[in-house]
Amino acid sequence: MRMLRLVLWGAVASVAIALGLASTGLVPSRLPELARLPLAASVGGPFELTDQSGKRFSSAQLAGKPFALFFGFTQCPDVCPTTLLELSNQLAELGGNARELTIVFITVDPERDTPELLAAYLKSFDARVVGLTGTPAEIATAARAYRAVYEKVATSGGYTMNHTALVYLMDAKGLLASTLTFQEPAATQRQKLARLLERK
Amino acid sequence: MSVACRLLPIALLAATIIGPAVAADFTAGTLRIADPWSRAVPDGAKAAGGFMTLTNTGNAPDTLIGGTTVIAQRFEVHEMSVTDGVMRMRELKPGLVIAPGATVVLKPGSYHVMFLDLKQQPKAGQSFKGTLEFEKAGKVEVEFAVEPLGARAPGGKAGGSGSGSGSGSGAPRKPQAP
Repeated sequence: MRMLRLVLWGAVASVAIALGLASTGLVPSRLPELARLPLAASVGGPFELTDQSGKRFSSAQLAGKPFALFFGFTQCPDVCPTTLLELSNQLAELGGNARELTIVFITVDPERDTPELLAAYLKSFDARVVGLTGTPAEIATAARAYRAVYEKVATSGGYTMNHTALVYLMDAKGLLASTLTFQEPAATQRQKLARLLERK
Repeated sequence: MSVACRLLPIALLAATIIGPAVAADFTAGTLRIADPWSRAVPDGAKAAGGFMTLTNTGNAPDTLIGGTTVIAQRFEVHEMSVTDGVMRMRELKPGLVIAPGATVVLKPGSYHVMFLDLKQQPKAGQSFKGTLEFEKAGKVEVEFAVEPLGARAPGGKAGGSGSGSGSGSGAPRKPQAP
């Protein structure tokens, strides 16, 4: 017991010393770093997929501009069309400021979501939405890069999908700036997108 | 409060906002079905959702076990949830139980029915016929009013959040020219 107390006081002392050193500038302050999201660099990464026109699409094509990336599938009754609709509406609201922003929709159901089907589906949304499909292995690589999860769920007539429903807001450097969800108020979504666009 | 009192505001609201073209309330035995509605879907979509408010005025539980619609090959009863950023969907087997005296709302983000392998796509402003099947009350014919893509509630009510996408044409506003 006494030992534990000593160890804890020791810990308190070392934190106090570290803080003291930081404030005197003897060790570099970590504050600028903390302004970025913790683990921001561990979300995102390279992928190679096929877009809705049937052309190969590399994540390298997204470099240098901000983008909003989202995993879904076309047989999704709620989250996917609602998210795409809201992002489309936000793009319209943001107008010229959002010129640089790409919306990336990656299917987690490549078995059913062909480029042709994605092309038809995306006609209902802003023209800046890139729809991506690929082989199961290519989809898995993209999902792993974004720490996204998805799984097939059997139903009586076939299957549906569970999947991560966050929209990843990635800055021009390819770092995670923030996330948004379709359940948030439109004003919150807009603020997050505006902040993403202001980021250098 | 009696069930009739509880249902009255729903019925009045439905009568005022949906209009005469769509009968908004249906009854099967002791079950009341208010405001069956669906949503327009993007082109090429092969699935659509159906929503409604179910009230059991009887003394025994009943279960929504399935149904049919003129727009789809298949009909399933599902539950959706979003937890820790992950959307999960599951089919309710044998179905959705409505306890005696309970009201269960089927709505986006929660319980809903799925119309799968669409034969025709629901179009905003139209309505389509369907049948609901309950374990005890049996089959009942209903009519689903179709709201725009992204609607969160029947009758053009925008619901909780979003960019006011519950109203309007169902298509996103066109982006401004750069």
